[in-house]
Amino acid sequence: MGRLLARLLPGFSWCCALALTAAVATLVWFLLRGGLPAFNADLLFGGTRAIDALLLRRQVFDGLFPALFGTVAMVLLAVSLAVPVGVAAGIYMAEYAGGWSKHLLSLVFDVLAGIPSIVIGLSGFALAIVLHRSFDGRLGPCLLLSALALAFLVLPYLVRSTQTALEGVDPLLRHTALTLGASKLQNIFLVLLPNRLADLTGGIILAVGRCAEDTAVIMLTGVVASAGVPDSMLRQYEALPFYVYYMSSQYTGPEELQKGYAAAILLMIICSLLFVLAFMAQRRLKSWLLYR
Amino acid sequence: MPILSRTLERLFFLAAIGSALLTAAIFLLLCQLGKPLFQHGGLGTLLCSPWNPGHGQYGIYPMIVGSLSIAFLSVLISFPFSLGCAFFITHFGPLALRRKLLNLVRFMTSIPTVVYGFVALFLLVPFMREYLTGGSGLNILTASLMLAVLIAPTMIIFFVDSLQRVPLSYRQAVDALGGSPAQQLLYVVLPMAWPGILNGLLLGLGRAMGDTLISLMLAGNAVAVPTAMTQAARTLTAHIALVMAADFASMEFQSIFACGIFLYLFTALLIVALRLVGRLSPRGL
Repeated sequence: MGRLLARLLPGFSWCCALALTAAVATLVWFLLRGGLPAFNADLLFGGTRAIDALLLRRQVFDGLFPALFGTVAMVLLAVSLAVPVGVAAGIYMAEYAGGWSKHLLSLVFDVLAGIPSIVIGLSGFALAIVLHRSFDGRLGPCLLLSALALAFLVLPYLVRSTQTALEGVDPLLRHTALTLGASKLQNIFLVLLPNRLADLTGGIILAVGRCAEDTAVIMLTGVVASAGVPDSMLRQYEALPFYVYYMSSQYTGPEELQKGYAAAILLMIICSLLFVLAFMAQRRLKSWLLYR
Repeated sequence: MPILSRTLERLFFLAAIGSALLTAAIFLLLCQLGKPLFQHGGLGTLLCSPWNPGHGQYGIYPMIVGSLSIAFLSVLISFPFSLGCAFFITHFGPLALRRKLLNLVRFMTSIPTVVYGFVALFLLVPFMREYLTGGSGLNILTASLMLAVLIAPTMIIFFVDSLQRVPLSYRQAVDALGGSPAQQLLYVVLPMAWPGILNGLLLGLGRAMGDTLISLMLAGNAVAVPTAMTQAARTLTAHIALVMAADFASMEFQSIFACGIFLYLFTALLIVALRLVGRLSPRGL
């Protein structure tokens, strides 16, 4: 039995590797075949002049610009909410927490990281119901609410990446400034964090990617199929992932479907660019900062 | 200066405690809004009765069955496949290809879920309809197949990580005794790395349970209890997404909070299980 298994194993593993590569290649090929013809100037702005749309002077009705704008605005908002809290909590976990409180907190953060995104979205929606009741219907699902829920979704990743980054500092380096008389806080901000800037940045970029791709949270907290560019944070908005989802079931003709493909490609390009950026940050940022 | 530093340290503390409390607050919020449902018939009937709003039955049993069967089936498909890929990366692949496959796997984690679902809807679903399952092509098997692809990167990365953490000296000992890479894997590396493998498996299961888009787009969303792989089913996550449109005060709407609570508890239990597995690992592997 064992001998037979040992003989079959390499072949099996080759098959798996080939199948995986084939699956990804098929996915990319299929998207490109369906969406590339739609990649032209009209894709983003439809009939509207690009400069008018970019300066928000005129609404775009048949282009992807509002969805792209919504995604970017939502991600920026969510990340700027989540990063300060996440990094601060990560610093606490790595440098201050100890004993049972550290165990308990890290268990809680693990649970938070594991909660399905739709449940986070649902609690965002529940919050909207509560707000709706107490503010007499003026607050409902909106861009700000989505950003809050998304911030909460990526919070545990930020905490964990900050914590592991700080805990990975060489003990020699960790104690040098302290023995020279630096305070704990000076040590954190002047030695530990700069030393781990690359990992920190990588973690933040990955959080951005996570926000950009998520569909489940936003579909409960304020994204809609057509809203144009929102003029305030308390408005509903469009987003690329939701556009892709919506088009997959509600397309009315081949042209709209092609736009769905194009939106999927656009989303994938954004996410993989962010991913490559995070990858490079973790490797290169340090040397770039040192030799600049 | 001391005031500033003390304020900052207090802020760090507040950030950590605040985030932890919010995690608990989510659970309480879900329970609070789902309360009318518990009063209506108790938890047991809720979890075990069928979904039949016409007859006043709002049980989420079909969705639980749907979620569990799709999640377990996808893990069942994905596990051997991911293990094979992980073996390729650590043992069998030519050196030049190992790194490339690992990078491909990492790249896969960055592909948005909705893109997987979109491609599957126009590529896998017609294929299933024509050749394998018939019907609409939207069923448990289709969703599980795509979900298997989606959770594979998570599993592969964890497997590779735990396989590589087996000390080099052990592996070299097998080489020195004339063992083949496959023998090394079977008799030395796997017996030592299994807690890590189990960890990856559980994480994959968690991802499969929590995924919304794939099952929403591919599983067909029927509310009957599925009895075969080729039938349509609705998952808890998809149920939450679908019922959103309904009226706020209805029982239908409140049942989604029961789904939320179930998913939350499932996650929490899974994480605790992961912790226990972590304790099992020999010598900190």
